[in-house]
Amino acid sequence: MKQDKVMTLRDAIREYVKDGSHISIGGFTINRNPMAAVHEIIRQKIRNLYLFAHSNGQGADELIGGGCVSRLDIAYGGSGKYAATCIRFRKAAQEGTIQVEDYSNFQMTLRFMAGAMGVPFLPTRSSLGTDIVNIWGFPEETRAQDPKMPNKKMVVMDNPFDGWMDTAKVVLVPAIQTDVTILHVQKADRQGTARIQGLTFADVEQGKSAKHLILTCEELVDTLELRRNPDMNNIPFIHVDAVVPVLHGAYPTACYGYYDTDSTCMWNYAKYAKDDLMYEEYLQKFIHGVKDHVEFIALNGGQAQMDKIRANPERGYAVNLARG
Amino acid sequence: MTIVAAREIRNGDIVFGGTGISLLAAMAAKHINAPESVMFFETGAIDSKLEEIPLAVADSRVMYLAATSSGLFDAFTTMQNPITGKHVIGILGAAQIDLYGNINTTVIGNYIKPKTRFSGSGGGCDVASFVPRCIIFMQQEKKRFVNKLDYLTSPGHMDGSNGRKKAGLREGGPTMVITNMAVFRFDEMTRQMYLAGCYPGITTEQVLENMEFSVDVSRAVETLPPTAEELNILRDKCDPQRLIL
Repeated sequence: MKQDKVMTLRDAIREYVKDGSHISIGGFTINRNPMAAVHEIIRQKIRNLYLFAHSNGQGADELIGGGCVSRLDIAYGGSGKYAATCIRFRKAAQEGTIQVEDYSNFQMTLRFMAGAMGVPFLPTRSSLGTDIVNIWGFPEETRAQDPKMPNKKMVVMDNPFDGWMDTAKVVLVPAIQTDVTILHVQKADRQGTARIQGLTFADVEQGKSAKHLILTCEELVDTLELRRNPDMNNIPFIHVDAVVPVLHGAYPTACYGYYDTDSTCMWNYAKYAKDDLMYEEYLQKFIHGVKDHVEFIALNGGQAQMDKIRANPERGYAVNLARG
Repeated sequence: MTIVAAREIRNGDIVFGGTGISLLAAMAAKHINAPESVMFFETGAIDSKLEEIPLAVADSRVMYLAATSSGLFDAFTTMQNPITGKHVIGILGAAQIDLYGNINTTVIGNYIKPKTRFSGSGGGCDVASFVPRCIIFMQQEKKRFVNKLDYLTSPGHMDGSNGRKKAGLREGGPTMVITNMAVFRFDEMTRQMYLAGCYPGITTEQVLENMEFSVDVSRAVETLPPTAEELNILRDKCDPQRLIL
């Protein structure tokens, strides 16, 4: 196994994210989305991605807005107070430019976990009797034509253990195995062992259900530093294909212990996202008009802004930050 | 609305909330009537020490001094765990609600080509499928209290008294609907929504005018307005930065 997996972001995206790839990204709504990687995917004009999302707010919205996504399994498209429903996701769903299929957050988590476990499905009681079970975004014919899709959205089954655990029926949700998953973590070593601080969301399950895993990290650290406290590490190197150090790689979403969500940038994004022409301007100026994340951050106030959102070491977030 | 919800939270409850007023209600309850209630977020944070209002359930603020800071899998298994799950009370909001407290947070219009697309279930359906008690926040509008949902995202009492059992869901479901005009509860037998209270100055007629379906109003009383002390707690202790209020 490769001992040094460090790559540039451009090379990692070019190598592992292709037109039509099945993909998932880490983080949740406004926290620890791999935004530098998302922007690089948009810059490389990768198309027809099948995105698997639980609540990947900002990252999912930008991938959709950037024209990279054609199919989407999703539980929640929102970015907290900044967008109760993600704006470009809403537009794309309403205008039919993407195909959408709905799940719950627990179901998406179980689907990633099933993929990581190597089982075809996992059971839950979530969603019995609802339209999440009854209404499919992808009909059976579409599924039958695509060998990368399970033949059904989900299956309701009588409990084969005769009511054991006081349960009459379960819903079976199919495993997800993505071609590539991208996570942004606080620390990784060159070999790919990763440490996430704060909430892990479904990152670990997502990472382990992927054929290829790209990590972007705030800090590239010595292997020994991570191995002195292996109980604090979340992903062992054996799952990982590429390690890309990207300072502020989750920006404008938060990275616990490092920096907060940048409200200024998020509100600014919401303003651009509401109008098609303005969104085109956003893409040209902030994504295609810059060569990398350093330049993107420079357009958003640069170091002075990074100082403002820097996390208080005790709290993990920026105390008394203006967020209205 | 926030204070009415806060009063419904009991000491010892594990409160599953989102952001906005549901979060504010959970915070207020800790200061008013349920100091030992536990705030719980689907992202995996349990018993967070909130010094500032989080703007999303993934906001780094929910991670500070939490008992555990894990992930979605742990969070949902805590909620659906047959032992701890008994103490969970959910707080949800929706675009549409029906007579039995089933809710829609997904689409208005056709699913494939929606007129309006909303965020979707998130963890809402997972909460509604399991928890014994659930509060639902709604705006009191005819287009929101509908005879038939455009999409059933999260289960309430399904089609009545035995509805949840028939569907295979655990007993429980919504216990209260709180709007900007009134408070509704659900009949023990029929599981239909009934008007339990109107805010001062609001009549039952005004409430019914803002619903597509009608409900029993015979049990309606005037809902007690928030006390000065309760309001002070909301303003000074819960949201001094005025991010929600």
